[in-house]
Amino acid sequence: MQSVIKGKAYVLGDNIDTDQIIPAQYLAYNPSDPAERKYFGMYANSGVPDAQAGLPKGNIPFVAKDQFHSQYSIIVGGKNFGCGSSREHAPLALAEAGVQCVLAEFYARIFFRNSVNGGYLVPIETAQRLVDKVQTGDELEVRIDEGHVLNLTRNERYDIRPLGDVVPIIKAGGVFAYARAQGMLK
Amino acid sequence: MPGMTITEKILAKHSGKDRVTPGENVWVDVDVLMTHDVCGPGTIGIFHENFGRDAKVWDRDRVVIIPDHYIFTADEKCHRNVQILRDFVKEQNLRYYYDPAFVKATGMPSPYLDPANTSYKGVCHKALPEEGHVRPGEILLGTDSHTCTAGAFGQFATGVGNTDAAFTLGTGKTWLKVPATMKFIFHGEIPAYLTAKDLILAVIGKIGVDGATYRTMYFAGDGINSLTLEDRMTLTNMAIEAGGKNGICDVDEKTLQYVRKRSTRPQWEVYREDKDAQYHSVYEWDLATLKPMVAKPNSPDNTDTAENCREMKLDQAYIGSCTGGKITDMIFAASILKGNKVKIPTYIVPGSTEVHSDMRRLNLRGVPKDKNEKSIEEVLRDAGCILGPSGCAACLGGPKDTFGRLNEPINCISTTNRNFPGRMGHKKAGVFLASPLTVAASALTGYVTDPRDFVTQRIETGMAGVL
Ligand code: SF4
Repeated sequence: MQSVIKGKAYVLGDNIDTDQIIPAQYLAYNPSDPAERKYFGMYANSGVPDAQAGLPKGNIPFVAKDQFHSQYSIIVGGKNFGCGSSREHAPLALAEAGVQCVLAEFYARIFFRNSVNGGYLVPIETAQRLVDKVQTGDELEVRIDEGHVLNLTRNERYDIRPLGDVVPIIKAGGVFAYARAQGMLK
Repeated sequence: MPGMTITEKILAKHSGKDRVTPGENVWVDVDVLMTHDVCGPGTIGIFHENFGRDAKVWDRDRVVIIPDHYIFTADEKCHRNVQILRDFVKEQNLRYYYDPAFVKATGMPSPYLDPANTSYKGVCHKALPEEGHVRPGEILLGTDSHTCTAGAFGQFATGVGNTDAAFTLGTGKTWLKVPATMKFIFHGEIPAYLTAKDLILAVIGKIGVDGATYRTMYFAGDGINSLTLEDRMTLTNMAIEAGGKNGICDVDEKTLQYVRKRSTRPQWEVYREDKDAQYHSVYEWDLATLKPMVAKPNSPDNTDTAENCREMKLDQAYIGSCTGGKITDMIFAASILKGNKVKIPTYIVPGSTEVHSDMRRLNLRGVPKDKNEKSIEEVLRDAGCILGPSGCAACLGGPKDTFGRLNEPINCISTTNRNFPGRMGHKKAGVFLASPLTVAASALTGYVTDPRDFVTQRIETGMAGVL
């Protein structure tokens, strides 16, 4: 895990569910096949209703047409990010598109767990609501160890919460790497 | 020392401890791991990548694979995914696999002809108990968020992702944070115009889609005991819609009767709540005061009473899924539709092939029909409903050619469990979640309709869905 993550923000609202992050029709792609896996990047966040895509303005596609990667590497969300189905395709799709971390007030349990155990991205809890402070396109610098985010565009600073007891798994890069380091797996 | 909840006792037992407390992280032994065609291929890939191409699963009798999501589609990737499951079952010599044998490499598969005579089962959460894979006191993990359904049988059941599932495939273990328990007590017997769907929508409306995040939802009281097991499954099924880690009910004679008849293993352990168990919070309802509920677009906690939504015009009705496609759901719907004609296209999808076969075998009272009686399926067809084969179908949208999918921005009332944007297909379609009674009543009028307009007496479901 990098302790500083720098990139452009893409802002979404509350209760962003996994059907919006990766609509069910794309789940036929096999994430274990590299040729198919990249399509999860292409369709990441494609289920978000247009008006809510890239707040506050909306109507900003997360991934440009026919591209596999997004120009945004940090997602800013509100409450209950990643609710809905248990599909690991959701954090995987964001990671394939180039997302390194999500900043949200809090997460749905399975999305948080999948992000951590699969080592896809760092799910960070913010101390305050950022959806109304950060705008899509703002340059952010997330300083995980120092516990805050710098908004370079607006010259603002926001606190984030400690990652807590999942730090060892995140630092190891996922549950398999963690279990190996602990001697639980060969 | 304070007492423990059922969930805490199950997690303590499976982690080799005397007691556990909420917030503690424990490594537990898993009893059964389930996967399906959407998450199976990814899980299998991660398993091979981490344990090696020749690795074996931890126990071939404890891995259950149930293809159900994308079965009736011409999408070749979906057929390929079923083939990945078949290859894995063969490679690992797995004992419990329910093959949609009619899925060949190309074309729209033609469904089973006789639902009583096919290896294919349909929706995993309905098939798991039917095929004997759920038991009180056990831990069930599944690569599907509605795995929590099995909590109706007094077990700890929760959904996990592919990486977690792959880890369990190889080791038989997983780590869990012990959840605090929220207790929901229902008093009185359930009135004829309500089903468990109304109860759970009332709960979610009250606490919100994040109201139980990281926690157990324990459903208790004489109101819950008065429910059939199938109706209890409707409650626990939607625990995830409040963000819950698991939902759980007490084990009673109804549970034991079902499990004795079906379980693939002869033993299980029944845990009970201690009188002084600690709860995060306690909520109570009197069933006599509850009204038929709907969740309006686009969130399961956007609830209202059906009577308040009477003006809402609908374009389609849908009765199916692990939440609302059980045999008792079909009896509820058919009791209202009997002798009437639907005003809007009404799609019916049996939750499992057993449900489908019971729809042909049973009458409206849930007992085997005699020669002159109509079957549940006939009643539904006579009312103008369109019946599809068992499976997840349009519950989660799926490929464009999926039965009942909302391909236009229309309004649909549905017995399913989620109505987030795009859930049943079109991003701009509106989905109203409701009980099978409310959906059937609404199908007859074309507007959201309170089933109290139609239900005059108690609807008996006999032993349907049990024996
Ligand atoms: S019926 Fe719907 S909710 Fe149930 S497992 Fe299938 S897709 Fe999921």
